[in-house]
Amino acid sequence: MLKTRLIPCLLLKNGLLVRSEEFTFHQIVGNPISQVDRFSSWAVDELIYIDITREGEYDMRRDDHKVKVKRDILDIIEDISRSCFMPLTFGGGIRTLEEIRARLAHGADKVTINTMAYEHPEFITDAARLFGSQAIVVSVDVRRQAKGEWEVYTRWGRRATGRSVQSWVQEAERRGAGEIFLNSIDRDGTGTGYDLELVKTVTQATKIPVIACGGVGKFAHLAEGALLAGASAVCAANIFHYTEHSTIRAKKVLLQAGVDVRP
Amino acid sequence: MVIGLIDYGMGNLRSVLNALDRLGVAGRVVGEGDQLAGVDKALLPGVGAFGDGMRELRERGFTEALPAYVADGRPLLGICLGMQLLGTVSHEHGEHSGLDLIPGVVRQIETDPTLRIPHVGWNELAVERPSRLLDGLDDPPMFYFVHSYELKPDDPAALTGTTDYGRPLTATVEHGTAYGVQFHPEKSQRCGLRVLENFLAL
Repeated sequence: MLKTRLIPCLLLKNGLLVRSEEFTFHQIVGNPISQVDRFSSWAVDELIYIDITREGEYDMRRDDHKVKVKRDILDIIEDISRSCFMPLTFGGGIRTLEEIRARLAHGADKVTINTMAYEHPEFITDAARLFGSQAIVVSVDVRRQAKGEWEVYTRWGRRATGRSVQSWVQEAERRGAGEIFLNSIDRDGTGTGYDLELVKTVTQATKIPVIACGGVGKFAHLAEGALLAGASAVCAANIFHYTEHSTIRAKKVLLQAGVDVRP
Repeated sequence: MVIGLIDYGMGNLRSVLNALDRLGVAGRVVGEGDQLAGVDKALLPGVGAFGDGMRELRERGFTEALPAYVADGRPLLGICLGMQLLGTVSHEHGEHSGLDLIPGVVRQIETDPTLRIPHVGWNELAVERPSRLLDGLDDPPMFYFVHSYELKPDDPAALTGTTDYGRPLTATVEHGTAYGVQFHPEKSQRCGLRVLENFLAL
């Protein structure tokens, strides 16, 4: 049967890998190419890269950004795809069909679109028609509301839309999205585990595969996402940024918990 | 040996070129049917809709050149949409004729309604019939799939491998020197590279 996928999510900022907390603080953790060499030989099923570079915006907490590496994202995609024979997804700030075309032509298999998809939902349809639904992953950032509802946020988690997550993922599916990449802003960087109620709500609201992300602090959290909330793929960022936490160990924990993964 | 990679505007050639490169082979991008003349082995990759794929093949002269190429006894490997295009007819958004190199019908995946469509991710291959394409794989062999449609060959002997998604789905087919894989060998790490290597060794 189809295996649950284990997907590290890597955040790129100014050409360097960073880790993230609550979508706000970013700390540089390494070079995107050497990291991918590690993942290729490990038990990873797929990789998602999100470029969070924003012109003219800087983190308040650190001054690592003295180290400006002006590497073009397309060069990075090309390098990664040359050594990495698994599905590669790239996202972050995509607003045009031409940007999608360029990423796919340089070796990406899929792109994630977020703000542009929400603000112009016909963009999902146009992109799916041109490149196929399998290449279009709609990324959805949400915050839990006091009343136990989840509200969709855009613009890097800064703009509240007033819309419920269920309603938006159903529209995204209808418009031609191939997968949903679901991020909990509240859990990002906290290490307290997925927002399982959220993941379950979304997996029940849509028929397309859901990639759960946000909050994994130990490998057992990955298993919860698949077993308790029905995620087709379990994704995490920060936990894989340190060499002592290998994806091989993550797979072992998933298997022991009874999740059907590729060993 | 010239390895031709058929470019008809339907998807990412670079991944396949990268995989060939890893195997020490330089692929030649072939953008028109008559350029198949000097090609010894050809790959037909592709993602997207069947109707668009056939139209693009036709506009570039491949709908005539590919059957002639295969009739010549030269090996052709269709990947994902490229495999489905080898069939006779597809029911994806209307009815479209295919290349008819592996007689069969392409339909939307029919399976347990609780399972998600598309079928996306890594799944095991069950080898149904011995095939040189599938020699020397890991046990169990696993590949990356992403598709909503399935080619069902008319002749059961053409079905060499299946993958279980509620029921066995067509994963690999062959008929004469026309071969097809529904998964993406260029995205399936070691197993995938082995399938491509086997194809190059035919």
